[in-house]
Amino acid sequence: MAEQTVADSNDAAGRPVGRRIVLGMLGLGVLGVAFGDHLQSIESAFLRPLEERDPTGLSALIPAGDTFRFYSITGDEPERTSSDYQLTVDGLVDRPATLSLDDLNAMPQTTMIKDFQCVTGWRVPQVHWSGVALPDLLDHVGVQKGATALQFTSFDGAYTESLTLEQARRRDVLVATQMLGGAVSRAHGGPVRLYVAPMYGYKSCKWLGGIKVTSRVTPGFWEQNGYDVDAWVGKSNGRGDAPTS
Amino acid sequence: MPRPAELLRFAAAERWVHRVTAVLMGVCLVTAAILYVGPLAQAIGYRAIVEWVHVIAGLSLPVPLIVGLLSKALRDDVSRLNRFTPSDWKWLRSKDFRATRSEVGKFNAGQKLNANFQLGAILVMMLTGSVMRFANHWPISWRTGATFVHDWAAYAILAVVVGHIYMALRDPHALAGMRTGHVPTSWAAREHALWAAENGVDEPAPARRVAR
Repeated sequence: MAEQTVADSNDAAGRPVGRRIVLGMLGLGVLGVAFGDHLQSIESAFLRPLEERDPTGLSALIPAGDTFRFYSITGDEPERTSSDYQLTVDGLVDRPATLSLDDLNAMPQTTMIKDFQCVTGWRVPQVHWSGVALPDLLDHVGVQKGATALQFTSFDGAYTESLTLEQARRRDVLVATQMLGGAVSRAHGGPVRLYVAPMYGYKSCKWLGGIKVTSRVTPGFWEQNGYDVDAWVGKSNGRGDAPTS
Repeated sequence: MPRPAELLRFAAAERWVHRVTAVLMGVCLVTAAILYVGPLAQAIGYRAIVEWVHVIAGLSLPVPLIVGLLSKALRDDVSRLNRFTPSDWKWLRSKDFRATRSEVGKFNAGQKLNANFQLGAILVMMLTGSVMRFANHWPISWRTGATFVHDWAAYAILAVVVGHIYMALRDPHALAGMRTGHVPTSWAAREHALWAAENGVDEPAPARRVAR
């Protein structure tokens, strides 16, 4: 007994199962990278009905779940109430303006129901949006000759975004005051945020504080960190998602 | 021969590798939670910085182990953890691990599984994490696949890490073994009989007789 057990104990006996576990996991990981997008769409389709009826919000913790995830690049969640909110529109415009939420609500309203697609993979289907179409706002202030681009700033003091003037003239780009059937919540970037329907979510600047009309495109925060400036859903950032608009 | 009161279980190099790896893994898990769990993300913010910390900690995970391979003690234990003997399969199948206790070497089969799982997991997370972080260098769809694997594997790692800490907290001598390097000889004879025998402790510990 003693002899046999000493041989066992000398762990040089036995088979290199540990190595097989490590290599096996690595193999599964590689397969997952190659084919995971199929598995993910199957999983999303399966989870969607569950998430739509989930009052707890816990389903957001399931990978590949189709619910909003909260992103902010600053430590604070900026706070502006509907009464002290101001949107500054300046740069190459005829009538620079500082607009309150009431001013925005008094302008012609545009409503649409469209998906929100994040560049990291999650997508919230059929979100209800409404507010002032950006081309209507641009007509309100009057764009001057030589203008080619817009720069958006967030009142979080750090986030920036950009669009070309041509992109900004699309009817599916909104200065959104309503989202998901109510006022835009603070976490979703309220009281006023941008919604650029045909592009990835990082273009839809939250806590919108300023719009400057400029003569050239200034890449926004994530674009200075490697994301594409022209962020068309399905045609940028190396992704093949179905178009959102 | 009188029994020594204690045996050296882990050399200083091994304890430092374990410590640094544990801290890096902890940082990865905490930053992952901040990036991933909505209410936490909302409470903390600073997404770009948190992401940067997560990536740096993740890419550093294998460094302590690689440096530690300079230590002969660590290399020996790596090769022990790699090898599964017939007794290990018996241990894994048994309902009461006490029954196969006398056949356990320096590491039981559960500890071997844990170590190999963590190494495999670190490599998978580094691979998928790199695909996600440096997404522009890869074909379409790889990033989605990598995210899918990274997300689910994170839950598996969390479960195994929690299990590992739970098992350690249940056994103060095992815990002290990793903290100080030394374990009581009686504990070694009971929990790792064959390893104790290698170190000249032949007689079974009294506690084991009681257990039988």
